[in-house]
Amino acid sequence: MIEINELRKSFDAQQVLRGVSFSIADGETVAIIGQSGCGKSVLLKHIIGLLQPDSGSVVVDGHNIATASEEQIYALRRKIGFLFQSAALFDSMTVFENIVLGLWEHGEREEAKLRHIAEEKLSMVGLRGILDQKPASLSGGMRKRVGLARALAMNPKYLFYDEPTTGLDPVTSDQIDDLILSVTKQYQATNLIITHDMFTVQRIAKRVIFLSNGLVYFDGTPQELENSIDPIVQQFIERFGKR
Amino acid sequence: MNIISYIGQKTINFFEEFGEISRLFGRTIAYVKDIGKDRSLLLKQMEHIGTGSLPLVIIVGFFTGMVSSWQAAYQFKGLISNGFIGSAVSRAIFIELGPVLTAIVIAGRVGASIAAELGTMKVTEQIDALESLGISPIRYLSTPRVIAAMVMMPILTIFANAIALIGAFAVANFFLDITGKVFFDSVQRLFHLKDVFGGIFKSIFFGTVTALIGVHVGLRTTGGAEGVGLSCIRAFVISAAMILILDYTLWTIIF
Ligand SMILES: Nc1ncnc2c1ncn2[C@@H]1O[C@H](COP(=O)(O)OP(=O)(O)OP(=O)(O)O)[C@@H](O)[C@H]1O
Ligand SMILES: [Mg+2]
Repeated sequence: MIEINELRKSFDAQQVLRGVSFSIADGETVAIIGQSGCGKSVLLKHIIGLLQPDSGSVVVDGHNIATASEEQIYALRRKIGFLFQSAALFDSMTVFENIVLGLWEHGEREEAKLRHIAEEKLSMVGLRGILDQKPASLSGGMRKRVGLARALAMNPKYLFYDEPTTGLDPVTSDQIDDLILSVTKQYQATNLIITHDMFTVQRIAKRVIFLSNGLVYFDGTPQELENSIDPIVQQFIERFGKR
Repeated sequence: MNIISYIGQKTINFFEEFGEISRLFGRTIAYVKDIGKDRSLLLKQMEHIGTGSLPLVIIVGFFTGMVSSWQAAYQFKGLISNGFIGSAVSRAIFIELGPVLTAIVIAGRVGASIAAELGTMKVTEQIDALESLGISPIRYLSTPRVIAAMVMMPILTIFANAIALIGAFAVANFFLDITGKVFFDSVQRLFHLKDVFGGIFKSIFFGTVTALIGVHVGLRTTGGAEGVGLSCIRAFVISAAMILILDYTLWTIIF
């Protein structure tokens, strides 16, 4: 359960979030949409405690991120799989090391078992035979997949995707969407997907939150979003409804 | 903006940054208890900082030793017998030249590379990715680097001292016609263990500060590749300045 209440955040003079409130129940699959620069990534980073709110609260599974101890936050993060906008693979490590780093650092040292897990996660995202390559030798789409495999490694309760299809061609985007769908089915995780890709929204999300001007402007089903006659919503759909 | 408020602002910034570095140091040390969790992290850094710096330290040590013999002879000319070169040069090496020059060279090599590596990780969201896996970047990145530098800097300094002494003797022997016996008798005559240990003691601080500033500057990097370049320079400039300031401060305490 994620509860966000009156969340405000500014960087210097720039107000990014101006009182965002919503909550997400366990098992939901929610898309967060909004213009580039409207604070979607900033919002997500608050939920895993990478940023601290100026005011308001973020509560995950009963822990207030702002007041939780460092240990509580690290424990919480192990329940969260995060696919970064840039994939953010560790470029000094191999694909294998990237995927199992979390498990290794939290005490799983059995090489054979780690290899097995890495192979399993990698095949889940449709890749194989690249365990010993470095991220630099992978394409953008492959990196996103490896990033997803890494996010899945610890069998997270929450899965956060930051723009999984941005910067990818339409075909690869479709494949990534399929991947997210199948992962959503296999893991009974709570999914939060940031995107400005309306195709992704329509295919994957059960609920859409539209951020505009630092506030929640719309919160409803993809169908309701589509049917909305609000001009701002309409304009957004027009712009991003194409791939 | 008038000059007073400018200076005021700079002073505030300085103390804020100083406070942040102190906090970083505290958190880095707090994770020392977990260092056994992944020993390879520490070993890798010790190898990088220690073994990797040896060639540089050898060059710096040797040339420093050689030039200090020449300088001593030049200053002594007509005043003091060259028989005293050994003691003059060795004390200068043990107290100042060995520890400080080693530290500054290491600040250029290691401090800057820490800042570049962590800065790149910061701007490419790899630091955030570590956090998201429930891994503290302080434990995973800062502690191994700071502890490795803290341990390796004195070892490198001992090495530099020895090489510098050899360099000094080489010049004294080949060019100034001082025999080994005269040179090393002279070294021994005014030898104080305190000189050597004082220098090594200082180098522990130099190592800590160099790595700590590299980590601090690296983790605060913003602004892409350009920012990483700036962080590199910043890390070197701040740690070199800190080494000289610390050197003075520690002198007044030790000697
Ligand atoms: N650490 C930071 N320091 C300063 N400003 C920041 C920081 N992080 C984000 N911002 C600013 O906050 C605003 C929102 O950024 P954010 O990354 O959340 O946008 P976004 O909605 O994810 O956009 P995109 O779709 O392009 O990823 C931007 O104007 C950005 O410059
Ligand atoms: Mg973003």
